Amino acid sequence: MTTTQEDLYETTVGLEVHVELNTRSKMFCGCEVSFGGDPNTRTCPVCLGMPGSLPVPNEKAVEYTMKIAAALNCEIAEYSLFHRKNYFYPDMPKNYQISQYDNPLGERGYVEISGDFGTTRVGITRVHLEEDTGKSVHVGGSGRIADSEYSLEDFNRAGTPLVEIVSEPDIHSAEEARVFVSELRAILESLDVSDVRMEEGSMRVDANVSVRLKGAGEFGAKVEVKNMNSIRSVGRALEHEEMRQRAALTAGETLVQETRHFDEKTGTTSSLRTKEFAFDYRYFPEPDMVPFEPSEEWVGGIRESLPELPQQRRLRMADEYGLEARDIGVLTTTRATADWFESAARAYAGDAKKIVNWIIADLFGLLNEAGIELPDSKIEPQQLASLVRLVDAGTISGKQAKVVLEAMFETGDDPDKIADERGLRQVSDEGALEAAVDEAIAENEDAAAKVRAGNLGTIGFLVGQVMKKTKGQANPGIVNELLRKKLAP
Amino acid sequence: MTIDRAAVDHVARLARLDLTEEERERMRVELSNILEHADKIQALELGGVEPTSHALPLRNVMRPDEVRPSLSPHDALANAPQEEDARFLVPRIVEDADE
Amino acid sequence: MSDLIWRSATDLAKALRSKEISSVEITEELLSRADEVNPKLNAYLTRTPERALEDARAADKRRSSGSESAAFDGVPIAYKDIFVTKGVRTTMGSKILENFVPPYDSTVVARCDAAGLPMLGKLNLDEFAMGSSTENSAFGPALNPWDTTRVPGGSSGGSTALVAAGGVPWAWGTDTGGSVRQPASLCGLVGLKPTYGRVSRYGIIAFASSLDQAGPITRTVEDAAALLELAAGHDPMDATSFPEESPNFTEGIDGGIDGMRIGFVKEFEGEGSQPGVKQRVDEAYARLEKLGATLQEVSLPSFEYGISAYYLIAPAEASSNLARYDGVRYGLRAEDATDIVKMMSRTREDGFGPEVKRRIMLGTYALSAGYYDAYYGKALKTRTLIIQELERAYSEVDLIVCPTSPTTAFKVGERTADPLSMYLSDVYTVPVNLAGNAAISVPCGLSPDDGLPVGLQIIAKSLDEKTMFRAAHAFEQDLGFATDSQMRPKI
Ligand SMILES: [Mg+2]
Ligand SMILES: [Zn+2]
Repeated sequence: MTTTQEDLYETTVGLEVHVELNTRSKMFCGCEVSFGGDPNTRTCPVCLGMPGSLPVPNEKAVEYTMKIAAALNCEIAEYSLFHRKNYFYPDMPKNYQISQYDNPLGERGYVEISGDFGTTRVGITRVHLEEDTGKSVHVGGSGRIADSEYSLEDFNRAGTPLVEIVSEPDIHSAEEARVFVSELRAILESLDVSDVRMEEGSMRVDANVSVRLKGAGEFGAKVEVKNMNSIRSVGRALEHEEMRQRAALTAGETLVQETRHFDEKTGTTSSLRTKEFAFDYRYFPEPDMVPFEPSEEWVGGIRESLPELPQQRRLRMADEYGLEARDIGVLTTTRATADWFESAARAYAGDAKKIVNWIIADLFGLLNEAGIELPDSKIEPQQLASLVRLVDAGTISGKQAKVVLEAMFETGDDPDKIADERGLRQVSDEGALEAAVDEAIAENEDAAAKVRAGNLGTIGFLVGQVMKKTKGQANPGIVNELLRKKLAP
Repeated sequence: MTIDRAAVDHVARLARLDLTEEERERMRVELSNILEHADKIQALELGGVEPTSHALPLRNVMRPDEVRPSLSPHDALANAPQEEDARFLVPRIVEDADE
Repeated sequence: MSDLIWRSATDLAKALRSKEISSVEITEELLSRADEVNPKLNAYLTRTPERALEDARAADKRRSSGSESAAFDGVPIAYKDIFVTKGVRTTMGSKILENFVPPYDSTVVARCDAAGLPMLGKLNLDEFAMGSSTENSAFGPALNPWDTTRVPGGSSGGSTALVAAGGVPWAWGTDTGGSVRQPASLCGLVGLKPTYGRVSRYGIIAFASSLDQAGPITRTVEDAAALLELAAGHDPMDATSFPEESPNFTEGIDGGIDGMRIGFVKEFEGEGSQPGVKQRVDEAYARLEKLGATLQEVSLPSFEYGISAYYLIAPAEASSNLARYDGVRYGLRAEDATDIVKMMSRTREDGFGPEVKRRIMLGTYALSAGYYDAYYGKALKTRTLIIQELERAYSEVDLIVCPTSPTTAFKVGERTADPLSMYLSDVYTVPVNLAGNAAISVPCGLSPDDGLPVGLQIIAKSLDEKTMFRAAHAFEQDLGFATDSQMRPKI
């Protein structure tokens, strides 16, 4: 977008994130929580909404929700209860969703994010617990709901514990939104409460985007963007939506409140529903359950049990390994990558910066080609550490090390095993090199003479000759010293 | 409190009841009568009175996170009006603007 | 027909223990009694004779094997068709569930099965338990054995009709606003509404979740206490069931009421009841005094708002509870609807009867934007007032007494034209559900006006069923209604 537009307009984004908890059993019944599987194999009278069945809340799910609230710096409710959210939809067995209304488990928190936009706090309005719906398969037409002939309902997912996290409209660019989501994902990952796989829908992000003239009184028309299935697509979708709205406003058009669908392929959003909905959910206290009044001990225990959160970890890594923010940022995109780096760095016990360079400069390249994540690679952290040690010891050259690394990546073998097999060794033994050095001097008398005359610039040429004779296995440093000794004036 | 025809239509839509003409007319009259009687409570002094959604003294009732056996798909679908590949078949899904 | 069909469950259990009779004999007798009376009463929606006899044979086997049997092993029972029964059609008195066969048992049924009670079948009720006459059943009204031109009351009218006619010694009903006590009163039986949370609601098809409570319908107070004992106690499947284990309700039931403080309700003293009803109830107060209780007036001014609050709260909860009947997973589905909204709307239009639709509309309205505070919200606060008044009253008295129903059994069709008039017959029972307390209706004779049964309601403190049982039992024994062969419907 052009700078003038940036100056004229301001973007406001609020996010609504749904996260499936990874409890063993569902929110209100004993059915197993898991992904996929044959349709309707994980259902019971409760999660099918059969007549007479009753919900009983899962203690772990309540605890996880309070954990999330605590990690997002929220106040945890002293009094909380479930409400019924009433609306008809065929993937919702009771035609109401057991959710929370004016007494959510967590409220008034924040997440701190930083990037090229600097460091800023995004407010967390609320964190509440609810139940997930079933899944519809649309049959006929393009497979999209709009032109389908009929639909098929599978209730395996129905009743999975779902935490809804709502942010304040404190986000002002697509990039901020992307960073917020990835930070939120990292926090949830560190808590071990969800698989947080956007691709599988265990983490779902909806965004409300509105652009207005800077200083304009009220917000612009609120546009809800759906179907962003990866952190990257959050950035892409909102980038596009932001530009679309700015362009529309520049062209003098007025924007309408609507819901738009993001298309991964085209990277654009298209209108899903322009009609304004007057939802009337008729929330009322769920009479099948009693309220929560979490004890101070319970809440206190949860706050104490919080693991090291991503931000704390980044600070510790900076100070423990002396790395700068950029490297840490790259290494902590996922917890697994950071864990891998730390075990490599600890195994190496030297300047961690070297480990970082090998990971970022070389390993990531190989990973990208193979299209896998660091923890899925055959290389163990300890193996990278010993590879770097081989280089330090001069046992192999940096060039050779890259070859060895590729082999390690293929086979998962230890570096020295590979070095041996491939005869990748650096000759540093003076005795072994002396003959080659003498030969080189003998064969290049005038070059040798120049050196004797004090013209050290020519020494490099002689080193090259020795390397040739030793097929590159000689340790150039040692060769250099030998030549200086032998050609000393 | 009397309720008018528009309210009856709106509520019928919210409640997913495809009421007939005369049903709607009867509802308008009957609901108005009932609400008139219910309006007795409008006279009560309820300032500072807490609502009671449940007469129970219980709090924090939860179950341990344990997996229990589910129904077989056969039992789950036994009462299904219409099914296909072990799923419940429903007509084309459309959204109701007034809902 | 021997007098066997008129004996209490407790008597039958004694006879079984002493091998005087077998469970199969009892069951066969009750089956043939039902063949005789059910066509006149329409009490049953589903009969399960094979299963009953199978259960009876098993019970007899247990007894003959000499192994220690449960107290009521082999004493048959029947259930209001609101309790889901695994493999046995459960209709809720509604077309929308006409062919619904549950894949699981309600906790009450499971516990009675475990106690060895053969199941005779499922009993008629007002559709979704919404009504006070059983005329709202989609399968035709149940009728009152005392006068088959009259209603048995409701919504558990099929249950009270069958017990009153000698078709079963006891039955399970449910009480949301009086649906056990009022029909028991109209049929000359004992009807119990336990404290909310006493009996698990798991597997009881919901009408109004915060008010629904299962209750025994029996001929004697002792049977009511015994049947409660069988099914009461914590159920992990019901988050609103009391965690502490429930007492032995029959123990000490004949302790008498000497020195008990019993309150009668000032606000109910005017002309609200039929003269005959008032007369019998006043006599009952005098009898309680004669038995050693001290009667005193208590004031419950908010009780008169009970009906208003109830008819906002119950429909509100019902409108949500009944949303699941949409033709997707079970039950009726409207044919060839072209989209999901039409399918659901027609299914519900075709599947629900007028009273159910009326309450769904009323409840949806009371919860809808703009009306919540004025209706549902205020109703919940009125409920608080009623609870506070009761608590105050119980600081002065141990029990509260009043009529169960302002009238005796009314004529079929008499009140169907005017829903409100039907609602008003719950005036004495509804406040108890709002407060969650226990209450019991015991026969206190026949009305001099029409010779029909009148019921006395005894209301206990929350969780204090035992005091209530003692008073009801003492009264029953002194009156002798239950044991008087003249006090039986001529059918
Ligand atoms: Mg949500
Ligand atoms: Zn389940």
